[in-house]
Amino acid sequence: MSTLIAVLLTLATLVMIVGLARKALQYRATPAPLKIPVTPAPKTTGGVVIRMAKEVVFFSSLFRSSKWTWIFGWVFHVSLALAFIRHLRYIIDPEGPLGFMMPVIGLWIVQTAGKYAVFGMIIGLSGLLARRFLVARVRYISAPSDYLMLILLLAITISGFVMSFISYVDITGVKIFMLGILNFNLQELPESTALIAHLVLVAILGFVLPISKLLHIPGVFFAPTRNQVDNPREKRHIVDWAKPLDATRGDYPELQPKEAAEETKA
Amino acid sequence: MADYEVPEVKEYAVVPMPKDGVMEHLKPFVAKPEFQEALNYVGKKEHPDPKEMPTYVLVDGWKEKAIDKMGDLLGRYRSLQVFMDSCVKCGACTDKCHYFLGTGDAKNMPVARQDLLRSVYRRYFTFAGKYFPKLVGAKDLTEEVVDDWYSYFHQCSECRRCAVFCPYGIDTAEVTMAAREIMAHIGKGMKYSNEIIGKVFTIGNNLGLPEKALANVLEGLEEDVEYDIEVDVKFPLDQKGADILLVTPSADFFAEPHIDGLIGYAKVFHATNTSWTLSSVASEAANFGLFIGSYENMQRISMRIREAALQLGVKRIVYGECGHAWRVGYSFLNTLAGPFDFLDQNYPIPQHICEFTLDKLEKGELNIDKSRNDDKTLTFHDSCNVARGSGMGPEPGGQFRIPRAVIKAVCNNYVDMEKDTIHDATFCCGGGGGLLTDDLMDLRIKGILPRATALINAKEEHGVTHMAAICAICKSQFTKVLPYYGFTMDQIVSVHQLVSDAIILEGQVDPED
Repeated sequence: MSTLIAVLLTLATLVMIVGLARKALQYRATPAPLKIPVTPAPKTTGGVVIRMAKEVVFFSSLFRSSKWTWIFGWVFHVSLALAFIRHLRYIIDPEGPLGFMMPVIGLWIVQTAGKYAVFGMIIGLSGLLARRFLVARVRYISAPSDYLMLILLLAITISGFVMSFISYVDITGVKIFMLGILNFNLQELPESTALIAHLVLVAILGFVLPISKLLHIPGVFFAPTRNQVDNPREKRHIVDWAKPLDATRGDYPELQPKEAAEETKA
Repeated sequence: MADYEVPEVKEYAVVPMPKDGVMEHLKPFVAKPEFQEALNYVGKKEHPDPKEMPTYVLVDGWKEKAIDKMGDLLGRYRSLQVFMDSCVKCGACTDKCHYFLGTGDAKNMPVARQDLLRSVYRRYFTFAGKYFPKLVGAKDLTEEVVDDWYSYFHQCSECRRCAVFCPYGIDTAEVTMAAREIMAHIGKGMKYSNEIIGKVFTIGNNLGLPEKALANVLEGLEEDVEYDIEVDVKFPLDQKGADILLVTPSADFFAEPHIDGLIGYAKVFHATNTSWTLSSVASEAANFGLFIGSYENMQRISMRIREAALQLGVKRIVYGECGHAWRVGYSFLNTLAGPFDFLDQNYPIPQHICEFTLDKLEKGELNIDKSRNDDKTLTFHDSCNVARGSGMGPEPGGQFRIPRAVIKAVCNNYVDMEKDTIHDATFCCGGGGGLLTDDLMDLRIKGILPRATALINAKEEHGVTHMAAICAICKSQFTKVLPYYGFTMDQIVSVHQLVSDAIILEGQVDPED
């Protein structure tokens, strides 16, 4: 069982990292031929950084659109971030290069916040799921995968909740197991159904991430509508595929000087 | 007025329950093959029964061609590629589109509209869609799907209101443009936009107003103004060596209230001794290449402005009141037809007429009598392309401040409409994005509902009598459709019409009433 889980987790991590990196590189490689920031937009790069930070940290546009979606969505994401930070202790070797982070991650406040964040995740995800059933407009646009994604995240969250609050797991053993994977020195996974469920579900999430709407994670950073500087009059913006058009643009028949056009006719 | 079903106006905009397909029947006319070909698109005519009208159908091999085109656009437009992937179906946009609010058709919710294209993208371009189509809502490309595209991508005015509210900045306008470009490549181009672009190429403007007719119109205007106020205000055409080339929508040459705006620009130039000219080559500011999502056609139209500026040897380019033209002018002109190193770099290139006029107003170069507009209480409609796709002045948000500052400098009575219907949350007039055509009248009447509601509230609460706009399409749509909501055509005014009414030129003699 330990071996199976280790293989699954390793594969999922690789698929996730490679998949996301491939997508991010694809987005970066795809040109944005025109300046299309949704205005009013910042006139400087610094301004764009602030705009993006507001979007990514506070979901500022969503806040404007729909307070319910914002509350559930934001609470879920912040709680997920806290839980994620709490989990870092399982994969950071105190003796290793990232060991310097351990004192911070190990802080009581960080660990406690991460532990109770599970309630935020449950509330956020349940709210989002309920919205999908209850609001006719959202129900109309939902595909099966939209429900399944929330259910998958809820299942991960609940299995984590069980380990934290009901059926405790030997977390030192978990850490030894995880570090074992990272050091190519496989160790036994502590026995726990909740733990196995948790890890298998997380692996599934890793596989699904780069082929699903979870691509909003890289996508949010690449939207030209948000990340472009609004300076089209000051600075000419042109991409490679449009340059040949630039070179031949004097050739349109209607723009030939009139005398020349008449000569051609004759 | 023709007989149309006008939606009931409530005290405030009510979000309808989504109904599937109630607007599916509404499609604009398809462009004839010859109009398609003029724009480097394709078309196919079928005419089996000579007694019937011919039909314009999908070209042979359309399915492969459509998928190829989609792949091509995905590779050339980061917006499209990212937007196809990153939607999480959160629903934030679902109550933001004026066409959804006006029609209640579920497919007019921005995300549902995008999904018409996204479901096909998923089927042919993603792992999940290829192997688990049902699970992720992926769909095969069929004629029915293209039919839906043709209906609903012509029920989007590309106004970008949904993009303001999307947590990922997904802009349905980009998706609509891509879909229209794909359709144009398989024989389903839109008659209204494509014929107009053809006219720009062959005659020089959307209206098809040839050079001589244009010269006549301008001469007539000079006579009218002279008759009115006894001042010889010039409307120069093709004047070489002028300082400013004014590029304005051709509607300004004949439509009401557009033409009163044109008179306003001329008076401002006259009062400030500015040397300016119109051009018969660039006798059109509008650029419908934007609406059909065609970089190539948009560039070809834009080139006319560069060419006119070069031929006439002007130092500056100023744009008249036109919403999408200003988006193309402000955001794209430098890209499409630049660099403009031959123009005076001390001024913005191009400059908006409101930027020009406000500067003159602030410097006190115009003699204004605000009381001449005291018979009106004004409000201002932020045009979508100006509000969300362009800017004015050096500061972000200048596109909201500057036109209002111009109005307030020439009118004593001004109030804004409700906060969630102005600035970047403004509602489209209902006729933007290439939909200002009679074959879509039903949609235009329904799509104006959120704007009409806000205007009616402003009228009832603040006694607003007139609504000003700086967009030729908005003005045309409002004068035609607001009468269905109890307004009269003359309640819609150009911003520079207000300037024109308040300005007093040297030697002006007012007619005695």
